[in-house]
Amino acid sequence: MSIDTFLILEKIILVVIIIAASMGVAAYSTWAERKVAAVMQDRIGPLRAGPFGLLQPLADGGKLFFKEEIVPDNSTKWLFMLAPAMFIFTSLMTSAIIPWGPDFVINGSEGARTVALQVADINIGILYVFGVVSIGVYGIMLGGWASNNKFSLLSAIRAASQAISYELALGLSLIALLMLTGTLSLRTIVEQQHGFWDGNYFTWNFFKQPLGFVIFLVCSFAELNRAPFDMPESESELNMGYHLEYSSMKLGMFLFAEYINMFISSAVLATLFFGGYNFPWMDQVQAAVPSGIFSLICVGVLMAKVVGFILFFMFVRWTLPRFRFDQLLNLGWTKLIPLALFNMLVTGAVILFFFNKK
Amino acid sequence: MSLHDIIFWILSLWAIVCAIFVVISRNPVNSVLFLIATFFAISGHYILMNAQFLAIVNIIVYAGAIMVLFLFVIMLMNLNTDTEPQKSRLVHFAALISAGSLLLVVLSAFRKAELTQIPVTDAGDIGLIKVLGKTLFDHYVLPFELSSVLFLAAMVGAMVIGRKEVVEEKSTK
Amino acid sequence: MVEKHIQLAENSVEKETTTINLGPTHPATHGIFQNIMEIDGERVIKTEMTVGYIHRAFEKIAERRPYSQITPLTDRLNYCSAPINNFGWHMTIEKLVGLEVPKRVDYLRVIIMELARIADHLVCNSVIGVDTGALTPFTYVFQWREKIYEIYEGICGSRLTTNIGRIGGFERNFPDDTWKKIHDFMDGFPAVLKEFETLLTRNRIFMDRCIGAGAISAERALNWSMTGPNLRATGVDYDVRVHSPYSSYNEFDFKIPVGSAGDVYDRYLVRNGEMWESYRIIQQALDKLKGMDSSIFHADAPEFYLPEKADVYTKMEALIYHFKIVMGETDLPPGEVYHSVEGGNGELGYYLVSDGGRTPYRLHFRRPCFIYYQAFNEMVAGGLFSDAVVTLSSINVIAGELDA
Repeated sequence: MSIDTFLILEKIILVVIIIAASMGVAAYSTWAERKVAAVMQDRIGPLRAGPFGLLQPLADGGKLFFKEEIVPDNSTKWLFMLAPAMFIFTSLMTSAIIPWGPDFVINGSEGARTVALQVADINIGILYVFGVVSIGVYGIMLGGWASNNKFSLLSAIRAASQAISYELALGLSLIALLMLTGTLSLRTIVEQQHGFWDGNYFTWNFFKQPLGFVIFLVCSFAELNRAPFDMPESESELNMGYHLEYSSMKLGMFLFAEYINMFISSAVLATLFFGGYNFPWMDQVQAAVPSGIFSLICVGVLMAKVVGFILFFMFVRWTLPRFRFDQLLNLGWTKLIPLALFNMLVTGAVILFFFNKK
Repeated sequence: MSLHDIIFWILSLWAIVCAIFVVISRNPVNSVLFLIATFFAISGHYILMNAQFLAIVNIIVYAGAIMVLFLFVIMLMNLNTDTEPQKSRLVHFAALISAGSLLLVVLSAFRKAELTQIPVTDAGDIGLIKVLGKTLFDHYVLPFELSSVLFLAAMVGAMVIGRKEVVEEKSTK
Repeated sequence: MVEKHIQLAENSVEKETTTINLGPTHPATHGIFQNIMEIDGERVIKTEMTVGYIHRAFEKIAERRPYSQITPLTDRLNYCSAPINNFGWHMTIEKLVGLEVPKRVDYLRVIIMELARIADHLVCNSVIGVDTGALTPFTYVFQWREKIYEIYEGICGSRLTTNIGRIGGFERNFPDDTWKKIHDFMDGFPAVLKEFETLLTRNRIFMDRCIGAGAISAERALNWSMTGPNLRATGVDYDVRVHSPYSSYNEFDFKIPVGSAGDVYDRYLVRNGEMWESYRIIQQALDKLKGMDSSIFHADAPEFYLPEKADVYTKMEALIYHFKIVMGETDLPPGEVYHSVEGGNGELGYYLVSDGGRTPYRLHFRRPCFIYYQAFNEMVAGGLFSDAVVTLSSINVIAGELDA
């Protein structure tokens, strides 16, 4: 068995591009967040660094790099260092299985070669997302505990219980979707949502699973720790919670990872429910342009959807107040989980009685 | 030595070293973290055996949920070397004897074992989700359902035991 | 059992509760004061309030200051609505010397005081929003608080600590552009307040956060001698403006909004209702001013009211009064007087004992915040930590008024 060097090269390039893109999107999400907040609050927002304040993320990053590193005396030092790294690591991991675009063909000297715009097409795709999400809470927990600060500890507890509670509803809401698709592979799921209208009905899963989408969306807010579910951070109660004691780039990594998380979960949302890179009349477009260009267009479409979701996350954050902790758990356990179970039952019944293929 | 062999040895070494550290760490939080690392190594082994579903479930359930709760408890109890209870010599002695006998048992078991080929990857797809699902809901449907009932009972039991009695002091407010 | 745990040492393994410091530099304490909270998980068992972080001994300082120089001290009480404090102090002196001020001055004062009340309530209510995580309404209304500050600025030259007015009236007549600003404010404000209410009042999350949080019964509130919006939220319709009217408040037609549950949500609603009523009062005051001689802006009380500079140079009497007032040589009649105004936060009282000298013999401020803060433990004990934070911002404890 020989190792396909070309494949490894291809994957490495893809990984580097995806990570760079995640970082770039995350950086500009901070800028967009400020601009969105400013627009919603009748303010101007960042303006001084570059045109429209576009260099603001660089300025922020530079500032964070040059800040003094403060490690609290009574902290558990190595965990204190490890936590932000773990947080950003897990937030980047999910990007591996998202299909960013359709395959395209390169005609090289050794013949045609199909390049997949997905790092790994594993047959347990969605479960992988769950796996990464479920270990994502370690960064917060360890950071909160290692800081040796009561506010941070409180925040770590909130984060952990929130993550565990909402993972359940998240998983249950997807089971209904999996019943429809019959596969766990994200690639197959995207391919099933080809185009927009298949002659009888919309192909995008959003139109088949609206309730599942809503539950998934609410749960992703909770998993992202974003307002109105930003209990672990809640600056007015816990002074930013688990990253209270962090400074310099370690703080930057925490903040950055949150934006990467937002980017990735927007991509997952778009992939699972909004057709991924598919768009209406894509067949006609595909016929008209070369394969490489078509792939680029598809990537652009996916990115447009992702940006839409990111903006939605931001609008919600700057509109709604925050839940109280017990209300948040109540919502998760007594509303979303039964709702997801109900959705599952209804989906199962519909498939059984109307679409029984056997 | 193929790539799979290399990965196998790396994972095995990782698992064993981490497992040893689980035992010898003085700080319980470190122990838990090493245990999590061990789970990851084991998941890697599952993937080598083409049991991706088992691998990811292992991570979701053990590393993602159970160990989070473990860590939770240990963090809140704030155990460290200072609070570790000093055990008597007798306990040390008993531990030594039992560990030694365990070692003997393991050794005698391994003595019979033949050193065959390392399990070849890509062989067999029992770990894949479709096959696993068919097997579970075909051959083993009764044990499967029974165990789910058992889990439900355990869950209810935990609720009943863990529920805090509502004290009447609330009514004073 | 709980008490036993509180007695245990901080690092004891047996201890089930945590001691946590809400303040003095915690973002939820809008000002410098401390709460030492004993929490069990997220539940507050008890909290111990610490006051005195910015105690400046105003009452003692006032004993060595001539009357006109005490006004700046009152600025620093509830600095969110400083003009009310200033006028309250001036009215106290006027009550002591029996000085009648012209009706126009009364109405001008009413306009400024009600603007100040609006500014105060805007801060408080929008900060409840901030503490529940809704930052946007805050910026909407702060723009309009800014406009109120510009109105102050046109009249007295300063914005936050206004030191506005004099004993007997105002230092100068309102300039034309200030009148324009007032009318602009009156034109634009209802839409903004309506928008603010749209964002918060019927917001499900906001309601869930606020209803039932930090509740106190009317009886307990009265026992704590609470006043102002916090008392009215419990259902008691006590308002100084109605029950002992000052500054011609009896000529105005307005309602006292009251709540029923005494929780954060009712306090929020009462404050919002009061802003609408304040708006109506200002409208009425503007109407009343229409037919009046617009040159009157102070009482004819030469011994208290600083004469014009031109007169000081040309007239003997003006020179003498100018000297006496500036040097603080004006004696007040001996006597004992209590005057209270409905401040932004409740009944702001001034208890003044004069021995006939140039300074007060004793001056005591009845500061509503000081009283509310004592009841804080009772409001939050048994609730959640998040409730405590919201409660703290809803009772609107202003550090300056808390510590005097």
